[in-house]
Amino acid sequence: MNWTGRRLPRTEDPALLRGEGAFTADLAAGARAVRFLRSPYAAGRILSISAPDLPHGALLVTGADLEGVGPIRPELFRFNYRAISQPVLPRERVHFVGQPMAAVVAATPEEAEDIAEAVLLEIEPEDPVVTIDDALRPGALTLHPEAPGNLVVDGVIRHPGCEAAFARADCIVELTLRSGRQNATPMEARAGLAAYDRATGRIRLTASCQMPHMLRTGIATLLGMAEADLQVVAPDVGGGFGQKMALFPEYPLLVWLARRHRGSFCWVEDRNENLIASAHSREQRHHLRAAFAADGTLLGLEADILANTGAFSCYPTTCGVEPLMALAEYPGPYRLPTYAARARALATNTCPAAPYRGVSRPVVTFGLERLMDRAAAALGMDPVALRRRNLVTDFPHVTPTGLTLDQASYVEALDRAVAAADLPAFRARQEAARREGRYLGLGLAVFNERTGYGTPAFAARGMGIVPGYEVVDIAMTPAGEVEVRIGASPHGQGLRTTLAQLAADRLGLEPSQIRVIHGDTDRTPYGWGSFASRGAVIAGGATQLAADKLAARLRRAAARLLQAEPEAIALRDGAAWAGEASIPLTEVARRVHQRSEQLSDLDGFNLAETAQYDPGGTFSNACHIAEVEVDAETGHVRVHRFLVVEDAGRLLNPLIADGQVHGGVAQGIANALLEEVLYAADGNPLTGSLADYLPPSAAEIPPIEIIHLETESPETLTGAKGLGEGGAIGAPAAIANAISDALSPFGVDIAELPATPARIRALIRNAR
Amino acid sequence: MKCPPFDYHAPRSQAEALALLARHGEEGKILAGGQSLVPTMAFRLARPASLIDINRIAELDTCRAEANRLRIGALARHARFERPVVPGPTGALLARAAEHIAHAPIRTRGTFCGSLAHADPASEWCCIALALGAEMRVLREGGERLVPAADWFQAVFTTALGPDELLAEASLPILGPDWRCGFAEFNRRAGDFALAMAVTALRLDVAGHVAEARIALGGVAGTPVLAREAAASLLGAPPTPDRLRAAAALAAEGFEPTEDAQVPADYRRDLVRAMTRRALEGSLAA
Ligand SMILES: Cc1cc2nc3c(=O)[nH]c(=O)nc-3n(C[C@H](O)[C@H](O)[C@H](O)COP(=O)(O)OP(=O)(O)OC[C@H]3O[C@@H](n4cnc5c(N)ncnc54)[C@H](O)[C@@H]3O)c2cc1C
Repeated sequence: MNWTGRRLPRTEDPALLRGEGAFTADLAAGARAVRFLRSPYAAGRILSISAPDLPHGALLVTGADLEGVGPIRPELFRFNYRAISQPVLPRERVHFVGQPMAAVVAATPEEAEDIAEAVLLEIEPEDPVVTIDDALRPGALTLHPEAPGNLVVDGVIRHPGCEAAFARADCIVELTLRSGRQNATPMEARAGLAAYDRATGRIRLTASCQMPHMLRTGIATLLGMAEADLQVVAPDVGGGFGQKMALFPEYPLLVWLARRHRGSFCWVEDRNENLIASAHSREQRHHLRAAFAADGTLLGLEADILANTGAFSCYPTTCGVEPLMALAEYPGPYRLPTYAARARALATNTCPAAPYRGVSRPVVTFGLERLMDRAAAALGMDPVALRRRNLVTDFPHVTPTGLTLDQASYVEALDRAVAAADLPAFRARQEAARREGRYLGLGLAVFNERTGYGTPAFAARGMGIVPGYEVVDIAMTPAGEVEVRIGASPHGQGLRTTLAQLAADRLGLEPSQIRVIHGDTDRTPYGWGSFASRGAVIAGGATQLAADKLAARLRRAAARLLQAEPEAIALRDGAAWAGEASIPLTEVARRVHQRSEQLSDLDGFNLAETAQYDPGGTFSNACHIAEVEVDAETGHVRVHRFLVVEDAGRLLNPLIADGQVHGGVAQGIANALLEEVLYAADGNPLTGSLADYLPPSAAEIPPIEIIHLETESPETLTGAKGLGEGGAIGAPAAIANAISDALSPFGVDIAELPATPARIRALIRNAR
Repeated sequence: MKCPPFDYHAPRSQAEALALLARHGEEGKILAGGQSLVPTMAFRLARPASLIDINRIAELDTCRAEANRLRIGALARHARFERPVVPGPTGALLARAAEHIAHAPIRTRGTFCGSLAHADPASEWCCIALALGAEMRVLREGGERLVPAADWFQAVFTTALGPDELLAEASLPILGPDWRCGFAEFNRRAGDFALAMAVTALRLDVAGHVAEARIALGGVAGTPVLAREAAASLLGAPPTPDRLRAAAALAAEGFEPTEDAQVPADYRRDLVRAMTRRALEGSLAA
């Protein structure tokens, strides 16, 4: 008993560490290579696409070949969403640099690239819309006739009391902040391999994706094919972070090729394609106003949220995902009496936006936590005390946007973090350093993270496709091992390990006796995937339910065999026990399957069960503290210390939880300091290689200290809350606050991320 | 990101390599460590028809002190310099800079001479070559010439090297104990090309006055540049902190910076000021 909660090493790791993982590109032997020709223009009319003489066996596919293939057109039925269409390959116009315009097929990737270079694209360029300001400018190019003014989403929430709150405020803090555009940069870029099976006429698409079942539905719909004739497999997937959730045009095209040409076709994305043409995120501008009473009580908040969501709307979440998450979750962990906000998604001639670890919450937390520090300064209050005054302490708490915050530890997490950071000692070090012309700073970020939410939360967004539940099929083999088939599709989260721990405890087995099967639409029940910090909560809850049902069957069978009552049977150490008497579960399994004449009147001929779970959601919470040193001459920021107090409820596997926090914090630090997708005014990407787009190396990431609190959630079956995104959510705000603290002698205030050295220098120079 | 087609030659001797160069001219390219050439080909920014791989030519794999100069053959890899290859300031300076070149795996392949031939504006070796006055020994079928560093760097990625020529060796002066060498560079991530770097070399006379001074800047213009005025301002007096600071300020104003979306010109000048001062101070602190 009690495998759950142990720091069990991941069963996934040995193969990966030995280089024996199987990623999509590893499986491509024998397939023909596909190269996409991508638009060199941000906006323009396609006049012609023509190939010189193609070598024997090579193919060129353009939009004109795709008669009858539908566009990608996700729906949202709220917030003034305008459904816009993304063609698999365009026939008339191109909408961003990197948009696939045609596909070349050849024997090898090298040859395909040679041929692609020789294809002639005739495009009449148009003046593109690149920035938020471009999109808002009257008379700007309209990307989609369905979305006049390039406005794709326009959500508004306005509480009647908001104006009054501002009228009676003692202090109003105002802030405009900017979040740069990012690319999730998974270590493995996208890849797909579509193979035609001559015997059955079915297609198997192996793809580096996060949501295989959704991909299957989406592709079958676009191509008008039977969903049953398509199998989607997610093999080992080298990271996703949200970027691999979406239905991209490249995948339906591969399936189309496999069907049309009855063969195998593989596309392995290169880094340049991934950086310019996969999915971007987080390019947002927020204007915030907050009203405070003299004692620091937050009275009201106004937010104007603008998101540059690129040329198209990602399927299935739609481009509403960023602005609408900001709209709904701006109040964060604070008591907020009144709230007024507007959130807009603007279409531009840039790579489409999709969710990325944390989605809008890194930006929201940056906004809210800068506001708190600014308000503390304006009111002459201690920033910790100001936060403590406003954090929610009574649960459940309903936010002004109607979200219910379940039991959490907002104040405790803050207090633990502040104690661990030893603020007085830090202030002394800071003083001493300043006398030597060195600038140390400490910043904190308190936040909550909405996790593990099922269909109700997605339905409330008005999504045309409502994800959320998970289904788990469980079965014991005649030899006594257990197979757990999950609709979710982990790709680095370690679910094979944690779900085995959960099931092992319910069944009295060891995790090594449990096989978790995932990432294959032929072998798993319909489900959604791994995203939105949901795996442990939802797939975990469904696994627990399924395991309980299986355990009940085992108890009934064992009771018959031990001549006891089912209620008296305990499962432990691989056996069923009735007092001192026991029978190995392997024996129970064998009897159920092979001596069914003794037992089948109880539950039939097998040990198979299924369970579904669709929770309403739960909020984990955390406090991050960053200690930085800013080199005032170069603007360089070094993170000396990073402390996380994380409360994700009951920890199923603390080792994996720590890993999730580490990875998230590293991405958050990169968000704060390094990574930014840049475009020239003509819509050409300037960050097309990892020499220009800068993910962190180990040298830029400090050791990360983690303290876990465990406020178990009554809202989830396992007691666990999600934590996959938290690291990325809090770190940018903590770093921005730390830099602002370090540079307070200059009056520098960080309102734009990433805080690059050049920007920091410009702030210092202008402050002087 | 796959290379375009090319022919591949692997000569066993210098003479064979020179013959191949003569035959292929503009169409041929030397492949040394491949750490710049291969990525450039993968991006299809370079598309040589023929590669002449010099890695099997044992006579090029040298690095030795001779007549007060350090002679660095075409196959001496970056990693070789991580520990001083000669005693004194020259070896120490090379070791100081080596750790800033890319990452360990790249340093085991990339070559000193390859960096000089490639002439990336932010190459540490190029900046040092200019600061210390390197001399390049260039061979071509039936000919040989020596090119001083001052004439070597012509523009971004452009040197005095002809299409049929091999950079067989570069040499650096082995400086005596009266020299103080400094190095400082700024980059956003460990191992990245620098946004600015300074290499400084001061010779102090017995009175502790600066008798000779050389300051080179890298990563800030199309080629490494000498900060002559800044260097001259230090001559004939002790290198006091104020004088170092003033020299750094002169260095920051004395060049035409390259600009891009991430690095505006005034920021580049800020960095040069900081790096020059730090290099100078560091060289005297030891
Ligand atoms: C990720 C990354 C980071 C890097 N960071 C840095 C850095 O911080 N600082 C830095 O200085 N460099 C950096 N580099 C470049 C690296 O140092 C290269 O090794 C170096 O620039 C070229 O040396 P090479 O031997 O690899 O030359 P190659 O790549 O083989 O050749 C480069 C060019 O020089 C020519 N060439 C090479 N040798 C000769 C010769 N003997 N005679 C004539 N022509 C020749 C080739 O024909 C080619 O045109 C980095 C590279 C990478 C991939």
